[in-house]
Amino acid sequence: MEKNIIIHAENISKLYRLGEVGTGTLSHDLNRWWHRIRGKNDPYLRLGQENKRDAKGDEYVWALKDINFEIAQGDVVGIIGRNGAGKSTLLKILSRVTKPTTGSISAKGRIASLLEVGTGFHPELTGRDNIFLNGAILGMTKHEIKRKFDEIVDFAGVERYIDTPVKRYSSGMYVRLAFGVAAHLEPEILIVDEVLAVGDAEFQKKALGKMKSVSQNDGRTVLFVSHNMASIASLCNKGIYMQNGGIKFEGDIDDTIRLYNKSATSGAKTSEEDGFYDLTDFNDKSLNIQVTGAQLFCDGVKTNTLVTGSKVAFEFRYTLNRGSKMREFGIMVKNSQEEFVFEVDTNHLGQKIQNNETNGVIRFEFPEFRLFGNEEYIIDFYFGDVELRRSYLYKDLVRFNLVMTDVYNSGKILQAKYNKFYQDVLFSQD
Amino acid sequence: MKAQAIQKWDTQIKPESGIFEINLGELWQYRDLLWLLVRRDFVAFYKQTILGPIWFFIQPLLTTLTFMIVFSRMAKLSTDGLPPMLFYLSGVTCWMYFSESFTKTSDTFIANANIFGKVYFPRLVIPLSIVISNLIRFGIQFCLFLAVWLFYMIGTDKIHPNIYVLLLPLLVLLMAGLALGLGIIFSSLTTKYRDLRFLLAFGVQLLMFATPVILPLSAMNKTYSWIIKLNPITPIIETFRYMFLGTGTFSWTQLGYSTIVTIVLVMVGILVFNKVEKSFMDTV
Repeated sequence: MEKNIIIHAENISKLYRLGEVGTGTLSHDLNRWWHRIRGKNDPYLRLGQENKRDAKGDEYVWALKDINFEIAQGDVVGIIGRNGAGKSTLLKILSRVTKPTTGSISAKGRIASLLEVGTGFHPELTGRDNIFLNGAILGMTKHEIKRKFDEIVDFAGVERYIDTPVKRYSSGMYVRLAFGVAAHLEPEILIVDEVLAVGDAEFQKKALGKMKSVSQNDGRTVLFVSHNMASIASLCNKGIYMQNGGIKFEGDIDDTIRLYNKSATSGAKTSEEDGFYDLTDFNDKSLNIQVTGAQLFCDGVKTNTLVTGSKVAFEFRYTLNRGSKMREFGIMVKNSQEEFVFEVDTNHLGQKIQNNETNGVIRFEFPEFRLFGNEEYIIDFYFGDVELRRSYLYKDLVRFNLVMTDVYNSGKILQAKYNKFYQDVLFSQD
Repeated sequence: MKAQAIQKWDTQIKPESGIFEINLGELWQYRDLLWLLVRRDFVAFYKQTILGPIWFFIQPLLTTLTFMIVFSRMAKLSTDGLPPMLFYLSGVTCWMYFSESFTKTSDTFIANANIFGKVYFPRLVIPLSIVISNLIRFGIQFCLFLAVWLFYMIGTDKIHPNIYVLLLPLLVLLMAGLALGLGIIFSSLTTKYRDLRFLLAFGVQLLMFATPVILPLSAMNKTYSWIIKLNPITPIIETFRYMFLGTGTFSWTQLGYSTIVTIVLVMVGILVFNKVEKSFMDTV
């Protein structure tokens, strides 16, 4: 069957001005206008450059650069990428909140976005009034909302409170009601950004289920942005991987997630494969303590791909100003859903740091690395300065990929869904 | 086959749309939203107040009372031979409708940046809803004026309403149009240049003195009255007084001037607004 293309995007680019818009705006505007009446191009447009946040450059930046894609009807597309990759900008353009600088998008049918739940809720109005108001903001007619009203109330489970102002609602009820309205929209294309980050586990499940049924039963197209790979994997069939304002990969969701997990380019500069992270540029030069680099080892080999169950070591190289002292050093490891999975620091280990030299290496060794999973993890590290009585935390700079193995040598691999760690187990039977 | 497919696209997202590309059909699609917003403004106004809708009366009454004491009793300013209460109330009722609608619509983009940043709907719905919900307010306050007016009608013989009363809908339309037009022009500009917000806050107050709310046109110094006449709200208030109270200046040219200014402002406003709404999220 011929695929029915429902969204067609061509050469989408978006230019943003960095820094504060304020002083200088008027002079830029006048300059622009002066160029325009002389029939010349916008003098600021060509300054744009790739959106790399760690590189210094002009004040104008391309948040999106030459994006082309097509989406077929009924597809559930997961858009993934690191913060600042351009995902939200793309969604904003798709939901017509802002316009692209160049390019065009054509779509069939209504596009409704669910960028953040509860938009347009008025705290003083009752749940009933807010359902109507919010529905209308999202593009439904009064008649449509009336038809869906009971379903929405039922979905949100707020029947008893429907005539109470929403400012009296618990945050859970608020979110459920808001999502309920949006989920019962009937647009041909639904755009969802990170809504599932809120609500309890049961509600998240319900919300995911609703989104799934929207696409499967009604043949609607859903675009979904989230950092939660688990929900993306379970919900989507197609994926778009964005990086630095461009599309790096577009295809089946499994391939997209795999590729995303593999790359670790937006953190510190790394010679990716050999697990070295040059951190020199990320330090606050005014501090007494500088962490200059990190090196990961797996079974003695320098790499950023770690294997569950093997011998793993993390090394952090630092320099100290003469006379200053480091009090403690620690790492916190989180998974790609930003959930912390474990923490190690010298303090909890009962170890003292020797501050005799002006440089040194902190090494944490794990004889058997028992973290279990098949995803990318991020190491945040921190240290305390004795003199300043302060601790400093560095986030999102060091990453590693974990590969699951058959930890019990049984020929069967544990499911990552149920196992975040594994234990030594002694089995016996009487 | 391909040509056929292209025809089916019904949403087009493009960078610069033509300046005259205004989608009124879309505005019509969102008419339910318009009414719900009007309702929201109206209901939320007196939620959790003890006096509730009575507040709609307190504002004009207190303002009128203050004017009566300060300008009529203390400063002994002319009220065109009318009972001061009626004179000021008529001016205040009209002026409040205009200034409220104007200041509120001029804040459209900034006050709604949060919603605008997340959902698309024709942005013009918001200023329209403000002008309409204020119109309801005006309606209520107008009833108050009518009550006071009837009281003086029966009690005194100073009041001579005339056939021009039929022009009332036109006056209301002009006030709404002026407020809308000016409001959306200002709201479009404030997205980039916040300075205008401060200018506007006291500018509206000053503008009241360039409008015959406190002093009738007839009592004004001839050398300066041309400034007052340049103000397109002046004929509206003067006509309003003339048709209900029988004093004041009325001329078709003056009213025609107001009408033309209103039409121009509304059209320019919609054009500017339409242009800004597509990119304001990047500058707000």
